[in-house]
Amino acid sequence: MHNASKHLLFILAPLVVVFALLPGVYQNHLLLFNFVIFLILAQGVNIIYGFTGYLPFGYVGFFGAGAYGFAIMVMHLQTPAPLAVLVGGVVAILLGLLLTPLLRLSGAYFAIANLAASLAVLHFVANPALEGITKGPYGVSLTGTFNPTHAYYAAVVVMALTVGAVVYLKNSPFGLALQAVREDAVSASMAGVNIIKMRVIAWLASALVAGLAGGIYAWYVSVFYPDNVFSGEFSIFAIVFALFGGVATITGPIVGVLILYGIYNLIGFTTPQYFQLIYGLLIMGLVLFLPAGLVSLATRRGWHVP
Amino acid sequence: MTYALVAGVLFGLYFSLVGIGLNLVFGVMRIVNLAHGDILMLGAFIALGVVGIAGIDPLFAVPLAFVVFVLAGVLLYWVLVPRLQGSANPEMLSIILFFGLSQVIEAVTTIFAGTSERSIQSRLLGTVFTTIKVKWFGGKAGGAGPIQIFGQGFPAPWVIAAITSLIAIGLVYLYLYHTRLGTLTRAVMSRRDEALATGIDVDRVSAAAFGIGLGIAAVAGVFAPFMFGSVTPAFGADATVTSFAIVVLGSLGNPLGTALGGVVYGLCYMLVQTYLSSWADLLPYVLLIVILLLRPSGLLGRRVRVA
Repeated sequence: MHNASKHLLFILAPLVVVFALLPGVYQNHLLLFNFVIFLILAQGVNIIYGFTGYLPFGYVGFFGAGAYGFAIMVMHLQTPAPLAVLVGGVVAILLGLLLTPLLRLSGAYFAIANLAASLAVLHFVANPALEGITKGPYGVSLTGTFNPTHAYYAAVVVMALTVGAVVYLKNSPFGLALQAVREDAVSASMAGVNIIKMRVIAWLASALVAGLAGGIYAWYVSVFYPDNVFSGEFSIFAIVFALFGGVATITGPIVGVLILYGIYNLIGFTTPQYFQLIYGLLIMGLVLFLPAGLVSLATRRGWHVP
Repeated sequence: MTYALVAGVLFGLYFSLVGIGLNLVFGVMRIVNLAHGDILMLGAFIALGVVGIAGIDPLFAVPLAFVVFVLAGVLLYWVLVPRLQGSANPEMLSIILFFGLSQVIEAVTTIFAGTSERSIQSRLLGTVFTTIKVKWFGGKAGGAGPIQIFGQGFPAPWVIAAITSLIAIGLVYLYLYHTRLGTLTRAVMSRRDEALATGIDVDRVSAAAFGIGLGIAAVAGVFAPFMFGSVTPAFGADATVTSFAIVVLGSLGNPLGTALGGVVYGLCYMLVQTYLSSWADLLPYVLLIVILLLRPSGLLGRRVRVA
């Protein structure tokens, strides 16, 4: 059997089946939904950071853009929800295209510029002068399309597509070329890799999944404010989850989300500041002692981790 | 108009003070100190403590904050940075590491101080000057009123913060260009590996720069309650992004560049706030992106390369 089909069968299929069946046995649907959203976002970060090395510190910009794309379609054009989710994805891609010049920056400059871009989009959307279009800082309410069950399954579908995309990257010449660009752009371009095209495609793909996730999130919660959907926590959580597990792998981000977001839900809600403390220490410990993520514990022993 | 321009310069000088510590740390170590804003916040809490416990002029918090954070910075450097520099991609990982640090600082401050907004009565700042004036020259006691510049009144704390910033920038300039350690620091800034090869103790120089960077940030923090009205433990994150805008606007590794960046930023901020107030929030971010794309080396970029 091919590696790719093995990965699809043993990683993607069980994940989808588990998350499709869990709502029947576990009552806290919001929690399950958040797990799925973070799986999407962590894999989206994996696509751009893991395979190209660009750290998207303002990743939430795409998420929020997707949510507002959804909201504007529903509010002004009464579009059916699934179509509006797709529009959310398109809006995120457009934002991604607008931000492609940022890919010229390297290292920390890119991360900071990306963070600034996401905050700029937030303040743009939340501007009281645009109240007629985005409702400004007062938030939107989309009770007409409210349907958490459908939104949940839509999220599972997007998660399957995202993990599928990572499986493709992991097993295709395209993904290999991307990693070559990440390691040494000059050598890769000497070897005939079209660096710019590669980077832009990965960038837009990760924008697309975040936009779709944002649209579905808007569909699920139906009432939200700019500060909710542009909250920096989404970027940070997604990045930390992906790193904790280990980027440029299929399983790393999944493991990261399941473990860290699980811990978050166990202790985070009752005592947020102690959680923040533990979280901060955990992040620092991770960077200092395990910079390649949990999977490096296995790869160091010579085991192969997909 | 005059008011906006003068206020812009006053704020701009203060903003340079906010940015200069970050500039030093990034320039010397290529480390993105995302906890910079949280150091500012801690500096503000030192000022609150000085006023709350000792009941004296918050200006006394300036040397205290500086000394405390230079020591803390040197200590922190030895705990964190050598390990970080040994990893595969220190520049990226530093972002995440210092994000973790900022979370820790924010959480600890929240646990001890709560989430409420804190402020200091602005007339307390500078009381030391009026007291001296009363002692030596006689006259009326009491807080300093607005200070007149070009026929417009400005709050005294703005002027005091701007003057302190000027002094601090001057001192950083003296340190970098007229001391031995400063010369070594500039050597490490321009070429880390060559500095190492010529026998410079890079770690010692970097530790000093890290400590000074944090110390200046804390000094800037002392004035934060007056310049921004109030502080909360969550104030750090916004301050970090603003500092980055200023540092990038000037240029990396050049304290004069940061001073210029701060003033330009302050002027833009005040003008936008006067004429297009609802778009003022967007300014730092858009400015940062535009500068990064058009002139990544900053306004004084060429000079850095020559020096």
